[in-house]
Amino acid sequence: MSAGAIASNIVHFTRGLRRAGLPIGSGQVIDALRATEWIDLSRRDDFYWGLASVLIHRHAHLNLFDIAFRYFWEQKPFVHREGVGAADATTPDVSDEVSQRVLEAFARSAAAIKSDADESPTVKLDATFTTSRREQLQVMDFQSMSIKEIREAKRMLARLRLPVPEVKTRRSMPDTRGTTVDLRATLRASLRGQGELLLLQKRSPRFRHPPLVVLCDISGSMNRYAEMLLHFLHAITNDRDRVHVFLFGTRLTNATRQLRHRDVDAALQAVSRTVEDWSGGTRIGTSLLEFNQRWSRRVLGQNALVLMITDGLERDGGAVLGHAMERLNKSCRKLIWLNPLLRFEGFEPLATGVRLMLPHVDEFRPAHNVASLMDLADALTPNHTSPNSNTRKSLRWK
Amino acid sequence: MSIPQSVDDTLALLNRGDYVAQRSLATSVYLALRMGRPLFLEGEPGVGKTEIAKVLSHTLGRTLVRLQCYEGLDIASAVYEWNYARQMIEIRLAEAEGVKSREGIAQDIFSERFLIRRPILQALEGDLGAPPVLLIDELDRADEPFEAYLLEVLSDYQVTIPELGTIKAAAPPIVIVTSNRTREIHDAVKRRCLYHWVDYPSAERELQIVARKVPGMADRLSNQVVTIVQKLRGMELFKPPGVAETIDWAKALVTLNVSELNPEIVNDTLGVLLKYHDDIDRFKDNKVEGLLNP
Repeated sequence: MSAGAIASNIVHFTRGLRRAGLPIGSGQVIDALRATEWIDLSRRDDFYWGLASVLIHRHAHLNLFDIAFRYFWEQKPFVHREGVGAADATTPDVSDEVSQRVLEAFARSAAAIKSDADESPTVKLDATFTTSRREQLQVMDFQSMSIKEIREAKRMLARLRLPVPEVKTRRSMPDTRGTTVDLRATLRASLRGQGELLLLQKRSPRFRHPPLVVLCDISGSMNRYAEMLLHFLHAITNDRDRVHVFLFGTRLTNATRQLRHRDVDAALQAVSRTVEDWSGGTRIGTSLLEFNQRWSRRVLGQNALVLMITDGLERDGGAVLGHAMERLNKSCRKLIWLNPLLRFEGFEPLATGVRLMLPHVDEFRPAHNVASLMDLADALTPNHTSPNSNTRKSLRWK
Repeated sequence: MSIPQSVDDTLALLNRGDYVAQRSLATSVYLALRMGRPLFLEGEPGVGKTEIAKVLSHTLGRTLVRLQCYEGLDIASAVYEWNYARQMIEIRLAEAEGVKSREGIAQDIFSERFLIRRPILQALEGDLGAPPVLLIDELDRADEPFEAYLLEVLSDYQVTIPELGTIKAAAPPIVIVTSNRTREIHDAVKRRCLYHWVDYPSAERELQIVARKVPGMADRLSNQVVTIVQKLRGMELFKPPGVAETIDWAKALVTLNVSELNPEIVNDTLGVLLKYHDDIDRFKDNKVEGLLNP
């Protein structure tokens, strides 16, 4: 291969990686190009690790890189990976899911190269189509989607950002329009002018996102929503720090660490390995009780916001649920209940579980399609306008 | 009083301060003292974490410097602050005297004369022969930026003041850090300390504690008290009673001149042990009797 061919291939390779989800900046692409000048291209190992060292910054990304490298440079299909090593054998499913994505990313990259040669109007047309399609998908119920539609919806969810309003902290930062005088800065400023002038330097309070705690029901009745909700949870877990996710059916599982995996498919695989009560019965009361006892004091500090995702169909029923909800509501700043059943026009809180829980929630919202999850933004955006509200966005689609 | 020479010495030392410690805790304390490392104590509220620092300062004859953490705690209230009012007066004086050198003024007003020492700096500049005990209480209440600031203090016993330079403790203080675990403290802080999880005491040890702290109490009564408290801890309450609550309850019973527990008196004084309505609610309608029967 000539030097020019290598260079253009590397550019295509990095673009494919980026599309598959690796955070690769143009600086790294240039580094990769430069690196090829120094390594012996005839040695596969050198080339592989050379690129890896430049393009990857986290251990978690190596798997994706490996699959992409094989596909792109060696044209090897993903399925024949048995002989690679014991390390891969432990996570075959993860690789399968990931490889699907890599394949898609590189296929699109190939298509894009082709369409560059075509007329541009077709591309435009394509774009408008996607927009309307997106709108249509947003209002479609999760349970009535086809596989292809689910895939698109997942992609939209992956870009969702929850605009949890920031709360005032007790720390301050320099601000010319601030309210409190910063004596230390004032003195330093005045010394610069030999103490002639005393210009008051001011500070104002700093704002920060409160911790977000999500309690999500994964019992049988929530089955058809679970997959989409997990994608939603993955998106919000990786959006910022101080997010805790708990899953419950008949028992409570802390899935925060598993969902932290940047790769969504790997994260969901890890979650499914940890959770033992998928699609089983629901014991909301006892699960909440356990949360209150074991976790609430550890994760609900500093004005936490709690999102509770469940249909409220409790198997056990009884007073435990009401008490546990009350305790939970009193331990956090705000409790929001997302209920997929709320999509039905005539939904009435008839089930005992729902009636026991309702008095203790601050907000009650639907969660059955992409639009409803987006609407959540309104629930979280404060009604009053805080001083920095213009800089805070109501909902962001990247 | 010099620091103990063995774990047994440490146990005896704590014992002199009326602190009945488990051997594991005494070992941690001993190592922290010998190795000159901070001791990080974590545990449920009311198990005697803060008490350790108080007892150590008392029995070793050191001053106790206490820093209570809270959200937004900053360097100005934890470490040092400049005396701005005096500094400004100094500038005006310098002007009046016709001092023209800018450097001179700056050097003069950022000298130790104008420094207000807050707990951490006080602890670092303590008495050479008997460095103080520095108690950093409930670190989990402070926020992460403050935790990060502590790293320098905990690993090297020094603070850096930009205008003055680095101030290093000539003799490192005895540092006790406590946390109620309302959030996890960063590993970087824990790594610089010896860690000990302070657990609820066993029934036997709790009896000893009650005997120590409430001397005038009849054996039979203190037995009953400890049995009930131990039972309550096994009941999955929202907030199980700590040792502090046990002692409070024992004192309350002595104050009321109770010689033997009955359901009525337990019901009336339950608020000393349990501080949540849900928890107290579980014992209404004669359910207290279940506690009294073995």
